[in-house]
This record gives sequence, structure tokens and C-alpha cells, in this order.
Amino acid sequence: MSTTTDAPKTRGKAGPGERLADWTDGRLGLYTLAKANMRKIFPDHWSFLLGEICLYSFTILILTGTYLTLFFVPSMAEIEYDGPYVPMQGVMMTEAYASTLDISFEVRGGLLVRQIHHWAALIFVVGLLFHMFRVFFTGAFRKPRELNWLFGWTLLILAIFTGLTGYSLPDDLLSGTGIRFMEGAILATPVIGTYLQMFLFGGEFPGHDIIPRFFVIHVLLLPGIMLGLVAAHLILVVYHKHTQYAGPGKTNTNVVGMPFLPVYMAKAGGFFFLVFGVITAIAATVTINPVWVLGPYRPDQVSTNAQPDWYLGFSEGLVRLMPGWEWVLPGGYTLNLGLMIPLGVFPGMLVLIGLYPFFESWVTKDRREHHIAERPRNSPTRTGFGVAWLTAYVVSLIAGGNDVWAVNFNLSINAITWFCRVGFFVLPVLAFIATRRICLGLQRRDMEKVLHGRETGIIKRLPHGEFVEVHEPLPPERLYTLVAHDQQKPAELGPETDENGVRRKISPLERLRVRISRGYFGEHAQIPKPTAEEYRAITSGEGHH
Amino acid sequence: MAALVVLLLALAATGGLYAAFAPADEAKADDAAQSLAIEEGKRLYDVGCSSCHGAGGQGSSDGPSLVGVGAAAVDFQVGTGRMPMQQPGPQAPDKPAVYTQAEIDQLAAYIASLGPGPAQPNPSAYDPAEGNAAEGGELFRTNCSQCHNFTGQGGALTHGKEAPGLDDVDPRYIYEALLTGPQNMPSFPDSTLPEEQKQDIIAFLQEVNTSESENPGGFTLGGFGPVSEGLFAFTFGIGALIAVTVWVGARTAKARKS
Repeated sequence: MSTTTDAPKTRGKAGPGERLADWTDGRLGLYTLAKANMRKIFPDHWSFLLGEICLYSFTILILTGTYLTLFFVPSMAEIEYDGPYVPMQGVMMTEAYASTLDISFEVRGGLLVRQIHHWAALIFVVGLLFHMFRVFFTGAFRKPRELNWLFGWTLLILAIFTGLTGYSLPDDLLSGTGIRFMEGAILATPVIGTYLQMFLFGGEFPGHDIIPRFFVIHVLLLPGIMLGLVAAHLILVVYHKHTQYAGPGKTNTNVVGMPFLPVYMAKAGGFFFLVFGVITAIAATVTINPVWVLGPYRPDQVSTNAQPDWYLGFSEGLVRLMPGWEWVLPGGYTLNLGLMIPLGVFPGMLVLIGLYPFFESWVTKDRREHHIAERPRNSPTRTGFGVAWLTAYVVSLIAGGNDVWAVNFNLSINAITWFCRVGFFVLPVLAFIATRRICLGLQRRDMEKVLHGRETGIIKRLPHGEFVEVHEPLPPERLYTLVAHDQQKPAELGPETDENGVRRKISPLERLRVRISRGYFGEHAQIPKPTAEEYRAITSGEGHH
Repeated sequence: MAALVVLLLALAATGGLYAAFAPADEAKADDAAQSLAIEEGKRLYDVGCSSCHGAGGQGSSDGPSLVGVGAAAVDFQVGTGRMPMQQPGPQAPDKPAVYTQAEIDQLAAYIASLGPGPAQPNPSAYDPAEGNAAEGGELFRTNCSQCHNFTGQGGALTHGKEAPGLDDVDPRYIYEALLTGPQNMPSFPDSTLPEEQKQDIIAFLQEVNTSESENPGGFTLGGFGPVSEGLFAFTFGIGALIAVTVWVGARTAKARKS
């Protein structure tokens, strides 16, 4: 290269690495970017890594999914199978199913990659749920993170539908039954159902279009949107900075932890390989969706124990616990309530959890930023709501597998269904009450620990014969951690009349808000945390207990 | 006249001698053995079965009539231990057989004597080697999987009844169950499902649903599909990963002393 440079050569020639860095900086502004982010601090706690499990399983899904697309044929053209799997030889099947068999039996590493892909998908959504509930129970969705909560929530919804479309692709008898179920759900939509079904399937069920269409949705459309949302989610995490648990030196305005480079880079990189390793170990030893024994999809065949993958299990359960009511309107139009109602409750439950942060901020009217993650016990009502939601969710999951439970535990499927029907309404209420009480009990225990110290288990006999247990005062950093949370005051309606004695107008909505707020923060909803005066009063009287 | 008397005497003597010395024929011996078996079978029946099925197999409020169910039904029900029933319940589950095969044959002979029904099949009828597993798979998915699951893992029916799992069931019992339709199962006589098709189904089950069947994917988790897979992901899957997060989370860089 014969370029001439006029750069001053006072310090001798820079090394190749530095020159490369200079070159890149001149074009990408690398230095400013690195300076801002290389020393980004992340707090240390295992529960903050749940989101990383999701991120890494998503990466694994993209990597393995790309490999699978090299061999998968998204076509519903019928062929006769002549591959190595004996029980399918000579059976007519779609190219989609045949190519899935080929991936499983003929492509090198195909079965392993298929199983990694499917296990990673299940674990991805489990991880999303765990991550979401970590954020929920610690109140990490509060200002300024409400939008990021919505991004994450949208990712969950998209993950569910990406999973559904992927599960359907092999066109085996199980997934075909799932598509048939979905078709039924679409048909149950009032007025537009039949049009929507014809539009999606390109004709009568099953047609020849649904697999190629699902393929495009599964490999391009949804993952593309998800990738964008993941990026936005991460950018917001960096922008907001990570929440941290209360502790000495940790405030609402700082982040205590390790820098991104080199510590977190190494940890996160290593963690990626650990997640990949665990999922690969599972995939290498445990079968998932053995499509070869299920047979190709034919609309005239069906099997018992046919369920969707677990993340749609609760929608399946809602349908199974709903009585099969239908209502024929005058004029001969049938409303299929047995499907319409549960398929309305299904998005309803998701929307409920998605919009919760906005509900809470409406109740609290709290405009402050929150960067300290709360302990679930210090917000009993929120924790109660979360557990109630999870209870309803788990009850519908159980209902979704009612036949499998029945046959494995020798129970009556009717009894399970009735248990779930009643349980869906009753158990969340009981769970709410129980959780709230447990939280209050734990708050009392914290107060007791702060004021009286830790129980040592040592029994001391006093000179006059009385036995007492020796309590050991907590170290100051524990004391701080236990009382660091702030306790909101319940909202008040204010005086009935204004300064002129005229009755103030208070909207019914505001009255409702005040009542809810009392439920959240009233005297029966939280234990006042010990004050410094109480602490001094008790600790000064040495020897008392 | 004398000649006529001599002739008659000669005829009577020949006939009498023939009757006395002629070898007893096979059919007669079989009949005797058969009636013995029926007799023994009746004795067993009176002790073990009659309290529910009635003294003459005519049935009662506690058990159905056995007239015309055939020897195959007895061989299946008693051979798999379903009968005699241990206790009243939604249906009779299989358990270790109470009677020996010889006793079962005697019971079967007695029940068969009550009315015509399907006989015990020849071993060649249910030989899995005779069937085509691929054809059997299609037949199985069309006729059986609604209750028994894709691969014969079994499934729930109403009110605690169930279609039992078919793993490692003796081909003879599968054949007899198809033939006689025990308990809640519909029967598939040769007029609806010919013998070759029954063999195909047996061949398919032998291929995919025995303890010796190949499982290319690893542990099957019971073969119940997404429910057991989801449960595994929710317990072992995320459990292992959370253990890893705790391990990673607990390991951090130490502040350098300076």
C-alpha cells in the first residue's frame, strides 16, 4: 500500500491492535461507546441471572433453528416414506413430516440438534416465566421500568406463539391435532371466525398452505420481532441500570457490583456455555417430541393425551375445564361458549399480568424512581396477587393435563375436571389470603429480629431461677438490610368539605383507589417497621428480653 | 326256520363281538376329556366366579352374563388377572393371574359350553413376525390411539376408567382383547378387522412399545408427550439452570487489596 500519512510519529509506531482499534474508532466511534459501557456496573445476585437464561436459550434456539432449516422441507406435498425407520416405511406423509424423520435419523447430529432446539424452547419459556416473576415479586417493574416490563411481556406472548408455530411444523399427528384445535378456536370467534379460518388456512382444513405459512412465521417473522425486542429490552436495562437488593452502601441512586469488563464479560460468557451445556446434556439424554412414533397427521386420526407444549397448557386447561355450552341465536347462528369463554379468559389472564404495573402505580400515585428491589414479604398485597395469579395459572395447567394425571394417579378424570373448575375460582382467593398472612408473619419476624436479635438456642438460668433464651443482636449491616425498605402510607380521601365548608366532589374512582390503597398499605396490610427509638428503648435495657 | 335262527345268532354274535372289541374312537376320547374339563371348569367357576356371574353364568346385578362370551374372553380376563376381580371399582385392572393356565383352560371350556363364542386363537394368528408394522401403525392410529395413545401408553376414560397401557402385553392377549372387546373396549371381530390386520397392529406394538423397543432420543419420560416434557422442563430443566445461576452468582471477583 502506498499511502502517505502525515501523522506525527513522536511515540513510534503503534501496535497492530491499537491501529485496528483506531481504525474502527474512526468509523464507529468505538472509544466513546466503550468508555460509557465497559465499566457499566451490574449487581451480583443469582436471581438477576434468570433473564440471562432466557437470553442464552434464545441464542441457542436461533443457532440450532438455523441448522434445522437447512434440512427441513416446509411442504405439505404427500410422499411415501422410504427412509430407515421401519415402522413408517411405505406410509404416505407430507414432506414436512418426512424431512423431520430424515433430520432425526439421517442428518448427522440432526436428532440431537432437534432435541436441543425443542428443549431450549421449553426452557426458554420457563425461564421467561421465572424471570418475569422475579421482577414482579421484587417490584422491579416500578418506575422507570414499566415499559421494559411491557417489552418483556410482549416477548413472552411472542415466545408462546413462536413455540406454537414451531411445534406445528413437523406435521405429525400430535401437532396436527394442535393445529386442528387452533382452527376450532378461530372458528369459534363470533362473526369473523369462518373468514379468518379461510384466510389463514387458504381454504378448508387442513389444505396445503398452513405449514409453509407457519414456517415463515416461525423462522422469520416472530423471531425477527423478538430479536428487536430483546435488543430494546437490553438497551433499556443498560439505560435504567440494574436494580439491586437493599444493603449497606446500596442506595436508590447507585449500583453496587462488578464492572461489565472484564468481570461480567467473563461471567456472562461462561454462563452462556453453562446454559448451553445443561440444555445439551438434557437433549442428549431425554427424548422430546418423538415424532417418529406419533405418525403423520391425518384429519381422521387422533390420540388421547394430546396436549400442546406446556406454555399453552393453561389455554388447553381453560378449554378443558369449561363446560361445553353452546347457544343458538334465533336465526340459527351458534355461539360456541365452550370455546369462546376460555379463549377470552386466556388472553385476559395474560393482559392482567401485563398491565399490573400500571394498576399499581395508579393505586400508589408514586412518581418516584425505584432502583432497589423489594423483598416480596414487604409488599404483601402485591405478592398475594402474584401468587393468586400463579395459582389460577397452575390450576389451568393441571386441567390441561387432566387425562395424563388421571391415568397415572388412578384418579377419575371427571373428578379432576371438577376440582379444577372449583379450584380455578376458589384456590386463588385462598392463596391470596394465605400469602398475605405469611408475608405479614415474615414482617413480624423481621421486626422481632431487629428489636430482639437472633435466637441463639442458648437457655440461661437467672439467679432467681427464671430461664431465658439468650438473643444475640444482629450485626448493623443486617439491621440496615431489614429496615431499609420504605413503607407507603395508605391514600386518604381528605376532608369531606373544603375550607369554605362546601362539600368536596370526590369521584367514585378516587374513592375506589383510596379503598384499594388501604388494602395495600393500611394497618392490616403491613407491619410498621421498627423505629430507631423503639430499637434504642429495647436495647438500652440490658438483661430484659 | 332253523337256518334263519342260525343267521340271526351269527349276526348278533358278530355285531356283539364287533361292539366289544372295536377300538374306542378318538372323538369319543376327546369328548370325554372335554366333558371332564367342562366339569372341572364348572367346579372352579362355582367357587371363584359364580358369586357375581350367577350359578349358571347367566349374570347377576354384580356381573354380566357369560353366555356366549367364548373361551377367548375367559383366557384374556383370567389370564391377565383381571378376573376374578379383587374389589368393586370403575373397572377391573390387570394383576398377577390367580389361576394356572390349565385351570384357565378348564374355565374357558366351561364358559364355551354355555354358548358359542370366539375360541382361543392359534399362536400363528398373533405372531408379530407375520405382521407389517407400518400398516399396523396406520390401523392403530385409526382405531386404537383415541383411547390407548399414539404408542399405546394408555389413556383416561370417564369416571376413573382407563384404556390400559399396552407396553409389554403378550401378543396373545392383545389379539384376544381385539377379538372380544373386554370391559370398555369395543370388539373388533374378524369381520371388521381381519386376522392379518390384527397381526399388523401387534407387529407395530412390538416395534414401538415394548421394553426392548429402541428409543433413539434417550429416556422417554413415560411417552406421555408434552405434559411430562413440560413437567421435566419445570423441574429438572430450570432446576439445573437455577443451580448453575446460584453457583455463578456466588462466585465473584474479589476486590484487589492495595
